[in-house]
Amino acid sequence: MAYRTYLMVCAGTGCVANQSMKIKDKLESEIRKRGLQDEVSVVTTGCNGFCAVGPLMVVQPDGIFYQLLKETDIPFLVEEHFVKGRLVKELLYTPPREKAPIPKMSDIPFFADQTLIVLRNRGLINPENIDEYIARGGYQALAKVLTLMTPDQVIQEIKASGLRGRGGGGFPTGIKWETCKNVPSDTHYVICNADEGDPGAFMDRSTIESDPHAVIEGMLIGAYAIGSREGYVYIRNEYPIALERLQVAIKQAREYGLLGQKIFNKDFDFEIRIVRGAGAFVCGESTALMASIEGRPGEPRAKYVHTVERGLWDKPTCLNNVETWANVPQIIEKGAGWFSSIGTGDVTSDAWGGSKGTKVFSLAGKVNNTGLIEVPMGITLRKIIFDIGGGIKDGKKFKAVQTGGPSGGFIPESLLDLPVDYEELTKVGSMMGSGGMVVADENNCMVDMAKYFLAFTQAESCGKCVPCREGTKRMLDILEKITVGKGTEEDLVLLEELSNMVVESSLCALGGSAPNPVLTTLKYFREEYEAHVKDKHCPGHSCRELIQYIIDPELCLGKGHGCHVCAKNCPDGAIVGETKQVHTIDVMKCGKCGICYDVCKFDAIHIE
Amino acid sequence: MDAQAVETILQNHPKDPSSIIQVLLDIQNELYYLPREVLEHVSKSLNVPLSRTYSLATFYKAFSLKPKGKYPIAVCTGTACHVQGAVRILEQIERELSIKEGETTPDKKFSVETVRCLGCCGLAPVVTVGKNLHGKVPMAKVSKILKQY
Repeated sequence: MAYRTYLMVCAGTGCVANQSMKIKDKLESEIRKRGLQDEVSVVTTGCNGFCAVGPLMVVQPDGIFYQLLKETDIPFLVEEHFVKGRLVKELLYTPPREKAPIPKMSDIPFFADQTLIVLRNRGLINPENIDEYIARGGYQALAKVLTLMTPDQVIQEIKASGLRGRGGGGFPTGIKWETCKNVPSDTHYVICNADEGDPGAFMDRSTIESDPHAVIEGMLIGAYAIGSREGYVYIRNEYPIALERLQVAIKQAREYGLLGQKIFNKDFDFEIRIVRGAGAFVCGESTALMASIEGRPGEPRAKYVHTVERGLWDKPTCLNNVETWANVPQIIEKGAGWFSSIGTGDVTSDAWGGSKGTKVFSLAGKVNNTGLIEVPMGITLRKIIFDIGGGIKDGKKFKAVQTGGPSGGFIPESLLDLPVDYEELTKVGSMMGSGGMVVADENNCMVDMAKYFLAFTQAESCGKCVPCREGTKRMLDILEKITVGKGTEEDLVLLEELSNMVVESSLCALGGSAPNPVLTTLKYFREEYEAHVKDKHCPGHSCRELIQYIIDPELCLGKGHGCHVCAKNCPDGAIVGETKQVHTIDVMKCGKCGICYDVCKFDAIHIE
Repeated sequence: MDAQAVETILQNHPKDPSSIIQVLLDIQNELYYLPREVLEHVSKSLNVPLSRTYSLATFYKAFSLKPKGKYPIAVCTGTACHVQGAVRILEQIERELSIKEGETTPDKKFSVETVRCLGCCGLAPVVTVGKNLHGKVPMAKVSKILKQY
């Protein structure tokens, strides 16, 4: 049945957490109440990307974008928009520091500067309905390779496209497939790595949530090229919605004969199994991941023999991450030439000679427009953060952007015009990584941030090799010392030395890249370390031992009239003062929890 | 009742040593922890040495050898939540409940733990209580959130 209008309600993890399912129910009941159920259809989609303004919905085919919806807004919205035909201005998006709302999604800067390949179907299809994927051209690429191409032709196409691994390493995908295929064996495996462990990264979750069939189709094409009959998706247990959508998608693909035996009546069988991770970051590492599939603790092994030769169950195994697989159908459909026209460098003679296609990033931290974005390789960090991201929250000053998760580094303002490219990011000490991008502002302490990431990798170190297990621990001790104001200048030297040692001697990439956050902050924000060490001062006002909360008496009384809210909320009873009088903080009692700072509506509380 | 649930879970997976992590995950979801007798039983059924089962149960973060509360609280400490003050939120919860991370309240109602990124960084800081997710949690609202349970 054809409808006049479709309401695409975002049902990604972020919006669901913000009650988008209740909004969907309310929309349906209000539409029924007005007898519009045959004209207006409500559809739930995967993550739309603009998580900052969720819950949200897009009215198609007009592309009108409604945001920050509440259940109570819905009756008015339905009446105005769908009965009277008027836009509801209050629910449209207005960029920060501007007054006029932008009704159309395509005109909103957050969306306008993106290029969608992997996420081309986001917000346009119901991810739990295979027909909608097929209607958007889905599984055509599979049909093409099975009926018109030999496995070698598929590999040549992927090689020519310049596609490189999106999980972080940036290894040329075509070469990986070719090497794996050329290893003689009765069984080859393909694996989709969906163990997205980087904190602050949710690209793979959103990709699976919004378009699971793209990943399945990519795996099918890869399996055909390599000669594999069995594939695994290793997915984080912490992603229940993604897991469920993937299960639904696999079931539907099986029912349509797209998984199973004699696919497209060709001599090609393929089956996909889902294996859930059990909460170990190190399992994102390929050998650890395979150990985990085999039912063993996820400890990496030294890769004298690569997994493409001997991987899962000692058989040749081709592992790519979610985003890499999801790129494949589009490359086959539109051609390597189209794909390699996007991005940087030249890959015709050197597979490492450029970064092609797009990259999905999850933009988080202190930017206005947090969410999921897909941008062409070569775009500058400045464009991402200030145009797409809408600049820094609350008009604060940008300090650094962290890319590549715990394995990446911090990039300072002076390097913001750097193009997003595997080599360029590595050159400055960071890395592309899987696509986490976290922005820090002037109130974030760089020493604390380095400590945060190191504490993460330290805790996730599997403990197999000494440099990672012991080295990161000692590094963390030094950082701890510095953030409580007990660090010395020698500590900085030792920290740098230890970092280099851990980089050089760790067994796997987890240890080998763990010191990156420390090394980059030492390189670009050394003055902050020195302030902690020499002046016992935290420039970001964030290290608890080095700060004090102080109430400005003039603001407290002048603006707030001694409102007493801070004292009521203080868990330590450290705030002295009566209503309508000036309040003060007893520094001896103060636990520095920061509640007073949060609850004061008059900005009367300062951190020194 | 536990034994029956465990039996059903075992039947849902191939009777093979490689199934063990998936089986333990289902049991953890069902019982909220892995009791010793259950580990022994699973080891025998899947033909995995108990030492290996124990090493799995302690290696992977999803597993707990101690019972959790009826409403396990998980404070996300991913990067985005960290920069938005997740540590302070955790401390506030610990203060409210008078327990530390990894502990369970005496009435077995709440337990507190930290988790790595839950993948909804736009809502930071994020706390889950049982199956409910609370986003953009302000420090001062922590006690209000806990009182809902």
